[in-house]
Amino acid sequence: MISNKLKVSLYRYNPEEDKFPYMKEYSIEKPDRDIMVLDLLHLLKEDDQSISFRRSCREGVCGSDGMNINGKNGLACITPISSVIKRNKIELRPLPGLPVIRDLVVDMTEFYAQYEKIKPFLQNETTAPEQERLQSPEERDKLDGLYECILCACCSTSCPSFWWNPDKFVGPAALLQAYRFLADSRDLKTQERLESLSDPFSVYRCHGIMNCVNVCPKGLNPNKAIGEIKSMLHKNKKDIIVSDGV
Amino acid sequence: MINIFTNNIKTIEFDALIIGGGGSGMRASLELAKSGLKTAVVSKVFPTRSHTVSAQGGITCAIASADPNDDWRWHMYDTVKGADFIGDQDAIEYLCSEGPKAVFELEHMGLPFSRFENGRIYQRPFGGQSKDFGKGGQAARTCAAADRTGHALLHTLYQNNVKEGTNFLNEWFAVDLVKNSKDEVTGVIAFSIENGEVAYLKAQATVLATGGAGRIYASTTNALINTGDGLAMALRAGYPAQDMEMWQFHPTGIYGAGSLVTEGCRGEGGYLINKDGERFMERYAPNVKDLAGRDVVARSMVLEILEGRGCGEKNDHIFLKLDHLGADVLNSKLPGICELSRTFAHVDPIYEPIPVVPTCHYMMGGTPTNVSGQAFTRKDNEDKLIPGLFSAGEAACVSVHGANRLGGNSLLDLVVFGRATGKHIQSELKSGGGVDSASKDDIENSLQRLNKLNESREGFDPADVKKELQECMQNYFGVFRRGEFMKKGLDQLNELKHKVQNLHLKDKSDAFNTSRVEAIELQNLFEVAESTAISAYQRTESRGAHARDDYPDRDDKNWLCHTIYDPISKSVSKREVNFNPSKVDAFPPKVRSY
Repeated sequence: MISNKLKVSLYRYNPEEDKFPYMKEYSIEKPDRDIMVLDLLHLLKEDDQSISFRRSCREGVCGSDGMNINGKNGLACITPISSVIKRNKIELRPLPGLPVIRDLVVDMTEFYAQYEKIKPFLQNETTAPEQERLQSPEERDKLDGLYECILCACCSTSCPSFWWNPDKFVGPAALLQAYRFLADSRDLKTQERLESLSDPFSVYRCHGIMNCVNVCPKGLNPNKAIGEIKSMLHKNKKDIIVSDGV
Repeated sequence: MINIFTNNIKTIEFDALIIGGGGSGMRASLELAKSGLKTAVVSKVFPTRSHTVSAQGGITCAIASADPNDDWRWHMYDTVKGADFIGDQDAIEYLCSEGPKAVFELEHMGLPFSRFENGRIYQRPFGGQSKDFGKGGQAARTCAAADRTGHALLHTLYQNNVKEGTNFLNEWFAVDLVKNSKDEVTGVIAFSIENGEVAYLKAQATVLATGGAGRIYASTTNALINTGDGLAMALRAGYPAQDMEMWQFHPTGIYGAGSLVTEGCRGEGGYLINKDGERFMERYAPNVKDLAGRDVVARSMVLEILEGRGCGEKNDHIFLKLDHLGADVLNSKLPGICELSRTFAHVDPIYEPIPVVPTCHYMMGGTPTNVSGQAFTRKDNEDKLIPGLFSAGEAACVSVHGANRLGGNSLLDLVVFGRATGKHIQSELKSGGGVDSASKDDIENSLQRLNKLNESREGFDPADVKKELQECMQNYFGVFRRGEFMKKGLDQLNELKHKVQNLHLKDKSDAFNTSRVEAIELQNLFEVAESTAISAYQRTESRGAHARDDYPDRDDKNWLCHTIYDPISKSVSKREVNFNPSKVDAFPPKVRSY
């Protein structure tokens, strides 16, 4: 018999009621068209107000609804259920590796702290011109694939190195932003930025596992950016040794 | 932070409090944080999740990059005309003349604008733009970071607030304004979504920067969080709203999904076709065709559909054709649109047209303010400032957009008036301005709504009531309006009022209880919807986005004015439009054709 029901297995945890988190099984009428995982969550919430998750733009640009969908991190609002249903079932869990506040909502404090650590703002203390600072299209092209990050944390929370050292390893999302400013022709703090990343943990805990690239809902490549930072660090070190030698 | 306890809730005190962490809020907070005033941004989402992030095409401003001879006065002319002559010309003058400074500041902060070969900021054509006061042909005045300008702008503002050490109360939800006995605003009641803790956030200056409320409609480009919280708080506190009948329907929302497809698509050379493949805008706006004002294009599309020339099986949408632009242009200038179309319309614009329909997009009305962001109420037909209360961005009505906003003017509005509000508060507070304290009773008053909801044992289901509200607004207050239909809508809203005031919050828990947030948001939506409906019914003419088929013409004799909605008497009065810019002569009303 073909079932018209879709099974959804949902991670539930309410700190005021539950000692431990658990998976709750829901069964709902299969929608007559392909809907997004976020729509599915809204349908479930209509029946059970207590389900909690974050959402805002519902079109993949605000980064609110990163979650673990059938074992892979992604944004609920741009993941069609047809692409993830396995044996008539969808399993939804919070992003791994961060403390859970409730249900699918994680505490992102550590993730944001790493972002702030890399000084995610343009640093250029020269007097600004009356108009804009000029930048050639070629220089600007270097920021493509970097500035589009939406801070959804899908990448960092899929990274085993970040799971181990969330306090010391900057993680793919913040490293992508670190390189976004290193690559910006208008930023003048390259040396300081590199020095702050040169310890054994900040960048070098990346072992090229590539989970970040695999899950990024915006198709960005943090691994490549990390590679660029490593090259800059190596070159910088060599330059320092050479100048020491002189 | 100093923590005091009144009424068993904590008081947290600031100099300035910004409600909303989008573009206008964070531009204001940046100004205030730099000044050394103790400033906090209260945002119900982490700031980069705010709806500014979804703005695509750009920020319109006469920075004279695409055209070295461009002039802010031309931009002002376009904006006055686009607004169908009920935008305040002192405010529009300020917007257009201060704009370049505000845009260059954003660039200095690091905003990754796209560039021309000469290294200057890239600008693209948008609807309603002209050179030489409408006589010099199409202008290209919209500064862009590909088609992700809002994202780039919002992240840049957040980054610079991090740099300046702004306090953020993220995932805190403001419930109601607190007023003292002198009718001054002294802060808000808010709660932490994370743990349910309720606090009185006390401030000398409170800025409503909570954006729009597009979620009053069933079909909207707006984020799920756009529920008009700030405007609704002001209405509940008895303060008026201006021009609430003016809602912009964006011509190109993705059919079925509502996601926005930027006007920049048409700026880059895309155009709309009906089921016969006809470029029908040539009939409605022979001069500028697809780049007419948004209200004009949206109405033309609806007429095509009503007359049976819509596309698809049900003839109920229009196609936006882009494939002739080629993969290179689409991938470099409109990459986000390609992504959205593939995800939500299942079409690749490189090969196929995108199915689109006019979709609720922007609230031109809001809390009335002057150019310094000071909110005012009306007394004896005069503006009367409300001490302690400010507003900026989409939540406010300063009024630069009048009856119809031009594309790219909303991002400019955010930064120009966010900045102006921050500067004004800074000078006011540093010269000894401020407000008196609120009493225990005043605070208690503002806690009532939250308490009632928390104590509800029975009542109506918020999800059901929200659907009813959105359908009512969609059916009776959409692109075309008619008195008899609006009357039906008003009756339905009256019935809904009882339900909205008696919602049942089943889940009373404290930790990240989103159903509590959603119930309050629904009450906020209702306030905004009601003000919209009453204002729309009263304005017996067609102007800009407000199109009535029972009053199809513009009526300057009676309606060259703002509407002011009074939430206490639920009535509408008129307020004169400003025709007194200081640096140029006013642009007098004339027939608006494209």
